[in-house]
Amino acid sequence: MKKIRCALIGSGNIGTDLIYKIQRSPFLEPVWMVGIDPESEGLARARDMGLKTTAAGVDGLLPHVLEDNIQIAFDATSAYVHAENSRKLNELGVMMIDLTPAAIGPLCVPPVNLKAHAEKVEMNVNMISCAGQATIPIVFAVSRIQAVGYGEIVASLASKSIGPGTRANLDEFTYTTSNAIEIVGGARKGKALAIINPAEPPMMMRNTISCLTDDEPDQAKITESVLEMIKEVQKYVPGYRLVNGPLFDGKRVTVFMEVAGLGDYLPKYAGNLDIMTAAATRTAEMFAQEIIAGTIQLKSPEVA
Amino acid sequence: MSAEQSLKGRKIIIHDMSLRDGMHAKREQMSIEQMVTIATALDDAGVPLIQVTHGAGMGGNSLQHGFAPHSNEEYISAVASKMKQAKISVLLIPGLGTMKELKSAYDCGARSVHVATHCTEADTSPQHIAFARKLGMDTTGFLMMAHLNTPEGLAQQGKLMESYGAQTVYITDSAGYMLPADVKARVAALRAVLKPETEIGFHGHHNMGMGIANSIAAIEEGASRIDASVAGLGAGAGNTPLEVFAAVCERMGIVTGCDLFKLMDMAEDIIVPMMDHMVRVDRSSLTLGFAGVYSTFLLHAKRAAERFGVPARDILVELGRKKMIGGQEDMIVDTAMTMAKERGLLKDAAA
Repeated sequence: MKKIRCALIGSGNIGTDLIYKIQRSPFLEPVWMVGIDPESEGLARARDMGLKTTAAGVDGLLPHVLEDNIQIAFDATSAYVHAENSRKLNELGVMMIDLTPAAIGPLCVPPVNLKAHAEKVEMNVNMISCAGQATIPIVFAVSRIQAVGYGEIVASLASKSIGPGTRANLDEFTYTTSNAIEIVGGARKGKALAIINPAEPPMMMRNTISCLTDDEPDQAKITESVLEMIKEVQKYVPGYRLVNGPLFDGKRVTVFMEVAGLGDYLPKYAGNLDIMTAAATRTAEMFAQEIIAGTIQLKSPEVA
Repeated sequence: MSAEQSLKGRKIIIHDMSLRDGMHAKREQMSIEQMVTIATALDDAGVPLIQVTHGAGMGGNSLQHGFAPHSNEEYISAVASKMKQAKISVLLIPGLGTMKELKSAYDCGARSVHVATHCTEADTSPQHIAFARKLGMDTTGFLMMAHLNTPEGLAQQGKLMESYGAQTVYITDSAGYMLPADVKARVAALRAVLKPETEIGFHGHHNMGMGIANSIAAIEEGASRIDASVAGLGAGAGNTPLEVFAAVCERMGIVTGCDLFKLMDMAEDIIVPMMDHMVRVDRSSLTLGFAGVYSTFLLHAKRAAERFGVPARDILVELGRKKMIGGQEDMIVDTAMTMAKERGLLKDAAA
C-alpha cells in the first residue's frame, strides 16, 4: 500500500522515538531526519535505521522536499525556531505536526478533536505537551458530561525522561498546557503543574486530573465517560492506565493515571515521551489516510 | 578553639518563614490581618527578610496545594506597604510558579526570591533566576530535599544555580531529616566550589528536633543566611524556631540584629494563640524526619488517613519508600487509595 513520506526535524529524544513509531505505521514512512549537530547520536541512529539525514537544519532538507515527495513533517525542535520551520515547509506544501510549545496552529488531542482538524485540512497542528496529551482526554471526558469551571492537572515525570529543552523552558510548558486544558479540554479555567522526580529506578509517568464541576457530579455518567475515553487513548498508547478514581469529593472529580511507554527509544518509564510521539503519529496517520483515500488534498504551493 | 569562640562576632541574616512555610501549618488559611500583624511585629523586632506567599509559593493556589483566601498579590501588597526596614521575599518553584507571577509579585513590592528546585533538578531554574536578577531582586537558589543528594552532587547543583545568577544558594532540609554532620558536609562542599561572594543559606525543619543545631552547624561551615519561623510556625514539626535560634545566637555571640525579647513576646502573644494545632514533634512529624519525607505532606496524609482508613504513618512511610518529592501531594491520596484497596477497605471504580 502507498505510504505518505515524512521528515523528522530535531534529533533529540522525541525525534528519535518518532522514527520507531512511524516505521511501524501502515500509512507513514520516515524518509528524512534533520538535525543541527553532525555528531549527534540521533542523526547517527537515523542513518543506521535507513533514513537520509542532514545536519544543516531545515534548510538542508528544503531542496529535497519535492523530489523525495515529503508530505508530512514533524517538528521536535523548540518553540523559538518552529515558526520559521513551519513557514518554509508549508510553502512547499508540507503539512506540519508541531511537537514544540510554539502552538501556532490549532491544538490537537487525537480522541478529542483530530477528526475536525483533518476535515479542515489544517496545514499546522500542535500537539501541546506530553502532560496535555495525557490529561486533556480526561478533562474532556468530564466536561462532555457536565460543565467544568476549573480543570487542574499534575504531571510527575521521571528526571531521566526530560531533555534539556524542556528543562530550560518550563514556563512555556506551563502556559501551553494550561491554555489547552481550557481550549481543548473544555474547562473554563485550566492550570497545569509539572514535577520532575529523580527517583531510581525512574518512576513511571503519573498524571492526576482534577475537575470542579458547576453542579453535583453525576458519578455514574462521569465514570462511564472516563472509562470510555481511556479505551480510546489506549488504542494508540497501550500503557495508558487508570490507577485510582474517579474519586468524587463534593463537586471535585479526581482521576489518577499512569502512562507506561512502549520502550522504543527510552525505557518504559518515559510514558511522557511515548504519549507525545504516539499522539503525533496517530495525527499524521489520520491525515495520511485521508490523503491516500483522496478525501483531502494538502494545499500545494500553486494553490497556496 | 571552641565553636562558641570562633563564631563570636559572625554576622548572619535571618529570613523569616512564618508567613510562607507557616501557611502550610494553617492549611493556607491566614487572613490579611494576621499577615500584617505578624509582619509588623517581625519588622519591629529587626528581622531583615520576611517571606510572604502561599505555602507553595507563586502559583500555589490550586487543588493540589489548597486555595488561600487571598491571592499572593493581595498578601504581598498589604504587607510590603507596612514595612519600615524589612524586605519582603517570595518563593517560586518552577513547574508551579512562572515568571509572569514573579513579575506581578515584584510589582506588589517583593524584592527577594527563593527560586526552588528539587536538589537534583537545578537546571529547571535558569529562566527564573535570570529573570529575578533582571528585576533586581535579591536572588536565592533553593535546593529542596537536600538530604537526597550527596554533598558533591549538591555542590554541583549549587554551582549551576550560581551560574544562572543566584547570589545565595540554600541547602533546604525539607524533610527535617539531616543531622549536623550532614549539614556540615553539604555547606563545606558548596563553600569549596562557589565564588567567595556567593552566600550560603540553610533552611531547616524541626522534625528530628535538630533545627537549631543544624543551623549552627551550617554557620560553623560558613553559611550566612538562616531561615526560621517564630514559634516554628511551618510545615511538619515546623521550621527552626526563630526566637530560640536568636537566643542561641546571642549566647554564642553571633550577630543577627534582631531583638530577642520582642521575638519571644510575639511567639507567645501572637503566633502560638493562632495555631490550629500545636506545631511540634509528634508521631507523624517525627515519621517525616525519620523517613525523609517532605514536611508539607503531613496534613495531607492526616486527611487521607481519615478518609480511607489507612494510618497516616503507614502512608508517609510508603511515600518515602516510593521516593515522592515536594509537589507530589496528589500522590498522597493516590497512595492511600492503593493501600486501602490492598487492605480491602476500598473497591476499584473500574472493576
